[in-house]
Amino acid sequence: MTDATLSPDGAKAPEKTSAQPRSLYATDELTKKRNASEKRFQAYGIAAIGAGLFFLVVLAYSIISEGIPAFTRTVLTVEFTVTQEQFDDAESQLFKTRAYEAVFTEAMSTQFQQKNIQVPFDVAAIERIVGKPGSTIREFYRANPDQLGQPVAFELAASSRVDGYMNGRLTRDNITDSRFLQKSDLDLVDVLVESGIIQTVFNWPFITGADSGVDNPGGAGIGASVVGSFFMMLVVLFLSLPIGVAASIYLEEFAPQNKFTDLIEVNISNLAAVPSIVFGILGLAVFIQFMHLPQSAPIVGGLVLTLMTLPTIIISTRASLKAVPPSIRDAALGVGASKMQAVFHHVLPLAMPGILTGTIIGLAQALGETAPLLLIGMVGFVARGYPDGFVSGFMDPNSAMPAQIYTWAARSDFAFYEKAWGGIIVLLIFLLSMNILAIILRRRFERRW
Amino acid sequence: MPVVWLILIVLAVAAVGYVLGRGRALASAGGEQIKLHSLPSYYGSNVAMKVVVPAFLILVLWLLVQPLIVNNSVSGLIPDSEIAEGSSRGLVLAEVRRAARGLDNAVAQGLITEDFARNARADFNDVTARLKEAGQVVTSQITQPILRAAQEYRVLNATGNFMMSIVVILAALAGAAWGLYESRADFRARNTVERGIKALLISAASIAILTTAGIVFSLVFNTVEFFRLYPAFDFFFGLTWSPTFSGRGGNSQLGIIPLLWGTFYISFVALAVAVPIGLFAAVYLSEYAGPKVRAVAKPLLEILAGIPTIVYGLFALLTVGPLLVSVFGPDGAGIMQSGTAVMTAGLVMGIMLIPFVSSLSDDIINAVPQAMRDGSYGLGATKSETVKQVILPAALPGIVGAILLAASRAIGETMIVVLGAGAAARLSLNPFDAMTTVTAKIVSQLTGDADFASPVALVAFALGMTLFVVTLGLNIVALYIVRKYREQYD
Repeated sequence: MTDATLSPDGAKAPEKTSAQPRSLYATDELTKKRNASEKRFQAYGIAAIGAGLFFLVVLAYSIISEGIPAFTRTVLTVEFTVTQEQFDDAESQLFKTRAYEAVFTEAMSTQFQQKNIQVPFDVAAIERIVGKPGSTIREFYRANPDQLGQPVAFELAASSRVDGYMNGRLTRDNITDSRFLQKSDLDLVDVLVESGIIQTVFNWPFITGADSGVDNPGGAGIGASVVGSFFMMLVVLFLSLPIGVAASIYLEEFAPQNKFTDLIEVNISNLAAVPSIVFGILGLAVFIQFMHLPQSAPIVGGLVLTLMTLPTIIISTRASLKAVPPSIRDAALGVGASKMQAVFHHVLPLAMPGILTGTIIGLAQALGETAPLLLIGMVGFVARGYPDGFVSGFMDPNSAMPAQIYTWAARSDFAFYEKAWGGIIVLLIFLLSMNILAIILRRRFERRW
Repeated sequence: MPVVWLILIVLAVAAVGYVLGRGRALASAGGEQIKLHSLPSYYGSNVAMKVVVPAFLILVLWLLVQPLIVNNSVSGLIPDSEIAEGSSRGLVLAEVRRAARGLDNAVAQGLITEDFARNARADFNDVTARLKEAGQVVTSQITQPILRAAQEYRVLNATGNFMMSIVVILAALAGAAWGLYESRADFRARNTVERGIKALLISAASIAILTTAGIVFSLVFNTVEFFRLYPAFDFFFGLTWSPTFSGRGGNSQLGIIPLLWGTFYISFVALAVAVPIGLFAAVYLSEYAGPKVRAVAKPLLEILAGIPTIVYGLFALLTVGPLLVSVFGPDGAGIMQSGTAVMTAGLVMGIMLIPFVSSLSDDIINAVPQAMRDGSYGLGATKSETVKQVILPAALPGIVGAILLAASRAIGETMIVVLGAGAAARLSLNPFDAMTTVTAKIVSQLTGDADFASPVALVAFALGMTLFVVTLGLNIVALYIVRKYREQYD
């Protein structure tokens, strides 16, 4: 009863509220609201992607703008002659480098006179600009006594503050007078730049050199740690590729469905998500504490990174083995191959491009890993030189690129920050080329079944 | 004999064995390959396998066990009186090893004779002087017992290495003989070789188990050692973190609560950044974006995931930190003291996690069956209503799993917090305060420290254990949820 009386009321209700018959083309309030919320929702999505891309651009911009100065350095090119008498005289003194510096300043002032430059300067100012030229000059003549008496063009590295002035890190406004550089010295620097004595050149020592002391940011280079990373990657490549491929072949092609296989699978998927620093603890406790492998050695770093990249390589290798269609296996088995022959002669070669791509990406990941290396002692200041040979490349203490960058970032001198950014550019160039190689491999050889 | 030579000899024996085995099998069939059970190369491989596998197994085991035995017996030679106050047996043993290496090098340079190095009656002052002459690093701590121990160490190692060479070469030769004996026409060489290869494959797969076991053992042993020196209750419930080296670290207060607080606070900030951005990006990419936009935006976002964490760390320290200080610092809002803070590290870590959340959620959203969308559209729902009321509820368990995985990433992340979060352990609510995390403290307690005797260094293992358990728990729950969810629509 109640239903019957209510229903005509309910049916009439909408007609009563709208004064005119509603056109289908006119959007009502609710539709407007729904459309607006649709627009808003879409805008959120675009904003989210925009935010992600914005962060990417900011990151790229700060890396490039901060890192480029690391690839240039400031040098003073001065040509002068040291005579045999000056050499003997300097060698006989107590403060030998001081004597050479005197010779150097004298040479500078004669050069100024020749070029008609009128600028007041003293030994202290020169020292602040060039650092300590005396020892460089002394070492050169002790090594090459036959050059005595002849004019020699010296290329001396300017101090890091002058470097900063040249690439804009220091300006006349933000410089504070200190024993490193004073405002008045900048006049001298300007004059030297004008006369072509101070030049900005490409910073080869940064690419090829080793880490320097805390007080010498200008001399720090990333070369030695690149070598350390290279030897580590050799270990990772030659261990993780065969082991990873073998493990994947077993799991994908041979493993029966049982508890043991399950255990392996669970372990692999968990290891893929274990924080990298835990692998560092493992390396420290097992390889160094228990097996007494040398500390800070690339071989230990390589072993730790191998264990870390194995899950990645196994996962990608299994995917590419799975992508080979079963008809290939069936055909091989059909002509009388054993299971092992079918896998090794037919499935594996077809899966190889995918495996290699996965391996390169795994290696790129390992190359950028820092935290476990710090625990096994591969910190930056260990990288003081190149290894002597192939074996010592594995066994001698060295650093790796990311650990070297960390060491620079942890130092308090601002000049090292520039080196850290520059190191990141070098690291990213390596990573980029590895990833491009992987993409090319995939494009070139990937087969669609 | 250096190990490299030993390996080369074994490989040479294997190569010769391969050729001989192949030839012998062919000869036994009268040169007719058709009469052999397997291809001739399998007979060769069988011999080579029997040479290489046992020999290398023995080699590896020997190299692992010998240092333990030598250390044990040398350790017995050192009287307790030699272990100075504040030192440990481990340090004295390191001294012994250094002295032994000094003697080795000096002998190698020809500066002292082998007899002199072995002379049991040699006076330690004399030996120290001679070693110094030879340019070896000698500390003043060489005493008579240490010298004796060093000499014993050398002798034991020398005999050990000699024995090892003999045993390994004998094993290789025996393997070759065995394999050659088997190389007859009716021998099922292929089956034997394939069984061997399969065993190799299984052992390669078992490395994953070994790695987990290695992690668990190295954490457990050192953590137990730590709890022997420091009460577990104070570690888990202590509110102060202040390691000191006074009293060999005995006076430190090592409470984990401030570290956990920092870790979770930073992870929370990171997730607050990454989850909305990542989720909206995933929804847009899978539901709205055309194939062209998708092809460009998705790889670009994933670049963020490929950048090493050290780059993010530097970005936090040198770009984001100063930027935040200029807004919230003393010149601005005045609530931020320095560039390293929870906010700095959390923000940057959030950026790092965006692609992680977005690509995982993308997969999960794509796994929702198209029929559910079509049903919703058919009822007149708009796209956003479909997403909010149909797709997200259906994908929710998977998305929760993805967020948990991201959280476990955030908790285990190291370099960003080492560089961006600061070093002071603090219990504070202000996100612009510097705080520190479990991972950052593991790095600072263990870097460059080889002495594992003091609680100050050992605490890192207890921290690592905590970290491992927390991240493992999160991963297991997340994987369980994701897997459960996948089954739902399969």
